[in-house]
Amino acid sequence: MPEALPASTLDAMRGADTKSNEAVLCDHCSLPVPKGLVNPSEEHQFCCGGCESVYKVLHGAGLDGYYGIRDAVSKEKQPAASSHQSYEELDDPAFQQACVTNLPGGQCETELLLEGMHCAACVWLIERLPRVCPGVVESRANIRTRSAVVRYAPDQVPLSRVAQALDKLGYAAHPARGAGAREARRREDRRFLIRVAVAGAIAGNVMLLAVALYTEALSDIEPFWRNTLRYYSMGLGLLSLLWPGRVFFTGAIAALRTRTAHLDIPVALALAVGGIWGSYNALSGHGEIYFDSLSVLVFLLLVGRWVQHRQQRGAADQVELMLTLTPTSAERLLEDGTTKRVPIEAIEVGHLVRVEAGGSIPVDGHIENGTTQVDNALLTGESRPIARGEGDEVIAGATNIGSPIVVRVSAVGDSTRAAKLMALVASATADKAPIVQFADRVAAKFVVVVIVLAIINFTLWSLRADLRTGIEFATALLIVTCPCALGLSTPMAMSIALGRAAKQGILIKSAAAIEAMSNPRSTNGVMILDKTGTLTQGQTRVVEVACDVQLLQCAAAIESHSNHPLARAIVKAVGDASISPASNITQTPGGGIVGEVDDRRVMVGSPAFIAQHQPISPETQQSIDTMLSSGLTPVVIADDSGTMGVVGIGDPLREDTIDAINALKARGWQLHLCSGDHPEIAMQIAQQVGIDHAMGGASPERKAELVRTLREQGHRRIVMVGDGINDAAAMALSDVGIAVHGGAEAALQAADVYLTSPGVMPIETLCDLGRHTMKTIRIGLGVSLTYNTVAATLAVAGLISALIAAVIMPLSSLSVVALATRPWKHRGVR
Amino acid sequence: MSVILIMLPAALILAGLGVWAFIMAAKKGQFDDLDTPAIRAVFDDDDVPVSHTKGKADAQNPSGRAADDTAHTERV
Repeated sequence: MPEALPASTLDAMRGADTKSNEAVLCDHCSLPVPKGLVNPSEEHQFCCGGCESVYKVLHGAGLDGYYGIRDAVSKEKQPAASSHQSYEELDDPAFQQACVTNLPGGQCETELLLEGMHCAACVWLIERLPRVCPGVVESRANIRTRSAVVRYAPDQVPLSRVAQALDKLGYAAHPARGAGAREARRREDRRFLIRVAVAGAIAGNVMLLAVALYTEALSDIEPFWRNTLRYYSMGLGLLSLLWPGRVFFTGAIAALRTRTAHLDIPVALALAVGGIWGSYNALSGHGEIYFDSLSVLVFLLLVGRWVQHRQQRGAADQVELMLTLTPTSAERLLEDGTTKRVPIEAIEVGHLVRVEAGGSIPVDGHIENGTTQVDNALLTGESRPIARGEGDEVIAGATNIGSPIVVRVSAVGDSTRAAKLMALVASATADKAPIVQFADRVAAKFVVVVIVLAIINFTLWSLRADLRTGIEFATALLIVTCPCALGLSTPMAMSIALGRAAKQGILIKSAAAIEAMSNPRSTNGVMILDKTGTLTQGQTRVVEVACDVQLLQCAAAIESHSNHPLARAIVKAVGDASISPASNITQTPGGGIVGEVDDRRVMVGSPAFIAQHQPISPETQQSIDTMLSSGLTPVVIADDSGTMGVVGIGDPLREDTIDAINALKARGWQLHLCSGDHPEIAMQIAQQVGIDHAMGGASPERKAELVRTLREQGHRRIVMVGDGINDAAAMALSDVGIAVHGGAEAALQAADVYLTSPGVMPIETLCDLGRHTMKTIRIGLGVSLTYNTVAATLAVAGLISALIAAVIMPLSSLSVVALATRPWKHRGVR
Repeated sequence: MSVILIMLPAALILAGLGVWAFIMAAKKGQFDDLDTPAIRAVFDDDDVPVSHTKGKADAQNPSGRAADDTAHTERV
């Protein structure tokens, strides 16, 4: 009589052996050593081979100091992540040409991105690379970009050996491709910083001159000295406007050309009018010169932008590291039967490529040799692996989860299916309308109001007094109402939000995403969720068990001889520890497997396969039906004595999915489920989590089409959440694309937001952060508008003096910056 | 007062020199990485004491790694 066994019992069975070994800790990473690996005769104990080899390398090079530093600076514990690759492809001339710089004196320099670098001890260790790997001259680590610039003597050590040495230290190395683009970005960062510095230096010096000029208002100064100071102020002020301040003018002109609202427009207006009228006054010797206010304005606005730029760049750098983790090399099988690792660019149509089990397939092609299962989840969204044999087609980007195969290449590079999808992404990105950010929208109205006020002011005063007074007061109004506070508070609040998000494991490439996530209700926002890998775990697992434990263990023993995905799921559920040997195994492809365990003949397979051998009992049939109706694949286990059981295998939901879906709904998001998986399974999952709209069997093109349709239906915010190449085009087309943890390269490139922790719960956090940030920005705007209104009233009344303006301006800026740091505590919606 | 006529240009030249030095430094990449040098300064000498204390580490969270593992294997 089969009894139902809850999945928790399985967990307990598996968990039992991890609890008893807390005593022995790995000498490298200080994590517990699995019981099977404890070797009492050894002085040192290691949790894995990676840790052991790293420890030996460190010890051999006299670098044990690493442990002292690491224990002092970092609480994180990670086992060594050596990949044991050969890195042969780095010595390929094509690669060397592209990524290695030849220095005078015969040395070479290259940049490598390093996985697993996370703390000060890692920096210390990486910079001691010359002691581990002779021939390396210098190694400079960069903790922000997780990379190292390595200088080495190519005649003493090939680059592959350098990469191997880093790998042995536990940092798998990846060449930093796109060196040109990186260098361009670096130059842009430097120019940005230089502008800030120049603007700061000028602002400081103009302020010094201004102090002398303002005290002149209290005590008399001879006109000659006064004019001297004013000329100097003018010279410096104009320099500030024309050099660092030029960005505002170019920004405003670009915005006017494309007829979009931008904060640069009112800023440029104030700078231009103030600069011209100030110069006229300085030269004529009468009136205010404004250059102190203008140069401080330029400086503060640039500081705000620089801070935001730096935060965004940090997130982009981290995403780039994720991108390089996908393989850029392939194992080519040569005519003589040997294999050689070559860069992906060197593969041509007709070549043979070997793909290890668990490896990613680098090319489109047909299997020449071997049978396996292929996981297309990232390409198509199908959650079930597909069996592939000789002559069958495999596509680049899929994962080979069965056994090693040899593939005859039919397409490489741009002609692969994955590359065609990427082209779709590129065209979708071009289609995408940029989100006009809040600050820019406000600025558009602001500039109209200010110009109207300035004209009124000018007319009134020209009529009441004279033309000169009119211009004077209108200029004062333009400068004093310049949205400095807005221009400063928005980037400050945004960069603080980006930093907070990064701490929560949410990497944001564009700050506009924060705003877009903040108000689903008022924008009729809709969120499209992918199923496989996003809502579900993206892995086949035993979800339901209606079978006694002993029988299940027998089944696992037999299934451990098969590499079918369903078989693996059963083995995984039971755990390696409790598997006994099995014999006399016979497999029926597409049906099941029969074998003997402890003198007991056990059959495992599909209901149809089992039914051929013995009748299926009514209870079992009932379990099978329930499993089928909840979208699971039933696997029946039976033995000679007629004992029978069934396990349901499927792609289970993530634990927090339902909570996250409810939280998102409560925030006002309308949810759609759009999956490439079978419509039945998609419906099933949608029902389970409570999503009303569901679509299954969706191709990448269909997903992108859904985004367009929803936009036409009047949804002004469309968020696409997904993980695969099949979601990338839709992501690029939507307002905000969110790639979940474990996503494909294409998804990472197309996404604005990348979640580093699994599941969709972080999206809810992002919504909360967005709401908080927008509130902060609105408060900042309110405060700065209050200052501006007061100042504008004074200016219209003709009561404003340059001194008052000079006091009010920094005061308003200071208060909005202080406001931007408003603390945020994540509150759920429940 | 006439000293101002000398002092003003002199002060500006000094300020200009400072700005020029900064620009040169920035262009050479001195400010590209603002995080690592702070860390590097802590242990510039190689005579760091060997104090790898065994077993001091976390016994309270053996499950932390298990969670990591599943995260890694999810989409290999």
